[in-house]
Amino acid sequence: MKPLWAQFQAETRMSMRRGESLLVTLGIPLLLLVFFGTLDLLPTGGREPLDFLVPSILALAVISTAMVNLAISTGFERQYGVLKRLGTTPLGRPRLMAAKTAVVALIEVVQVVTLTFVGLLLGWRPDGNVALALVAVLLGTSAFAGLGLLMAGTLRAEATLAVANGSYIVLLLVGGIAVPIESLPAGLGAVAALTPSAGLAGVLVAVMGGEAAPIGHWVVLAIWAIAGPVAAVRWFRWE
Amino acid sequence: MAGEPATSTPRASGAAPAIEVHDLVVRYGALTAVDGLSFNADHGEVLSLLGPNGAGKTSTVESLEGYRKVAAGSVRVLGADPATDMRRLAPDIGVMLQQGGVYPSMTPAEALRLFASYYSSPNEPTALLERMGLGAASGTPWKRLSGGEQRLLSLALAVVGRPKVAFLDEPTAGVDPDARTEVRALVRELASSGTCVLLASHDLEEVEAVADRVLIIDRGRKVAEGAPGQISDAPEEIRFTTSPGIDKPALALAFGGTVAESTPGRYRLTGEVTPARVADLATWLAERDVLVLELRAGGESLRETFARLVNRRQT
Repeated sequence: MKPLWAQFQAETRMSMRRGESLLVTLGIPLLLLVFFGTLDLLPTGGREPLDFLVPSILALAVISTAMVNLAISTGFERQYGVLKRLGTTPLGRPRLMAAKTAVVALIEVVQVVTLTFVGLLLGWRPDGNVALALVAVLLGTSAFAGLGLLMAGTLRAEATLAVANGSYIVLLLVGGIAVPIESLPAGLGAVAALTPSAGLAGVLVAVMGGEAAPIGHWVVLAIWAIAGPVAAVRWFRWE
Repeated sequence: MAGEPATSTPRASGAAPAIEVHDLVVRYGALTAVDGLSFNADHGEVLSLLGPNGAGKTSTVESLEGYRKVAAGSVRVLGADPATDMRRLAPDIGVMLQQGGVYPSMTPAEALRLFASYYSSPNEPTALLERMGLGAASGTPWKRLSGGEQRLLSLALAVVGRPKVAFLDEPTAGVDPDARTEVRALVRELASSGTCVLLASHDLEEVEAVADRVLIIDRGRKVAEGAPGQISDAPEEIRFTTSPGIDKPALALAFGGTVAESTPGRYRLTGEVTPARVADLATWLAERDVLVLELRAGGESLRETFARLVNRRQT
């Protein structure tokens, strides 16, 4: 337990030191929430703006932490030989990954608490199933962490940086986060519906609004939650 | 500190070696990096792997560290296969990579404390930091350390867990002379405490100073093995440097053997090396008013042996 706890503390410290990571995980989601929550600019698929915006931004927060932040930090640690070196210590790779997972979970808790609090300040009044929302967040975390590690373990660090940030923007714009997929052009919407972000945001918007989430969103989310980690385990290279 | 007793002891007669490599073959696609290499290393021994770039040193060491897939043959560290049994092996080995291996934003103090937490009975991080001369840089992020300081930190991380086997890759590259002396002392202390040290280095003087045994490899094969002072099979000779123009036939006639002038003013006199013969040579030169600028007697230096063996295979 001592190595795992020490590693968790070290990984947390390293995350706090990365200013760009704080910007992506907390700064951008907060900025988008406050900006679009104050100015009613986005299409919301017929819902109250905040009923769409807050759950969608929570989905974005999961993407930023589990995919972007994890991919970039792990990619550079791989490039710097940190993963290789730690593989020959008693910490071992399973505990290294456990520590990283715990840090992702910790940051997500901070994000959810902060974004929910700000959402409530803006007038959001959720009426949903917290347990189902939690399940969706867990599935989303699994899916995006798998994708993040897949990038980090197969691409050069610089390429991981570009792909992770690029994916973040694409998913934000056409992955059901900033704009509901039903508001996208038909062809694009059909493709967007298959993305993990659309699955996660779709489920969160529904269950936090007191509705039953469409089964299609759950299925998409569950498939990505399995496929992401499986692909990462299959193709991840430690050096 | 590193000098405190490790749990293992130098190999008793019949005890298993700390490192066993048998007919090792490592391939990268069509390229064979290591081609049937065999050697052992004992507890309490410093074995140095020498070879030119691309000789297969890193592939060999990384096979022993569990990083490389073995195409044929076998490697054992403390009796375990590092590729499949790293969990059992990790508490007993220390690894110093050729570069990197530390979080860029982590300070030496943080890194040593973190690595110490992985082991059940580690060296005291602060004392190790001071010993490596990193006390003043203990709060500096790794990415801002000099190359030499990064090497010293990597070395400290490799030994903080009191390893039974230490793999050290270029431990003094870029390190200043004072710290270099400390590194050599540390390596010898590790061996004295029973640790088997596998040292990969290009610094032949360093190898001569600390290694008990040297293994020279080239193109994935062993070309020589032995103690640094005994590895050469070249004949003994007296080498001396003077102003050019010595009467070589007269010198050869006076002392027997052959006389060669490798470059103007640098002479080699083959034959037995005895105090009397060296004194006679100095007298012979003095009688001809020849000032001796440099004189060395005996076998080849490790550098000369290395150059001769590797060059011979490359020509």
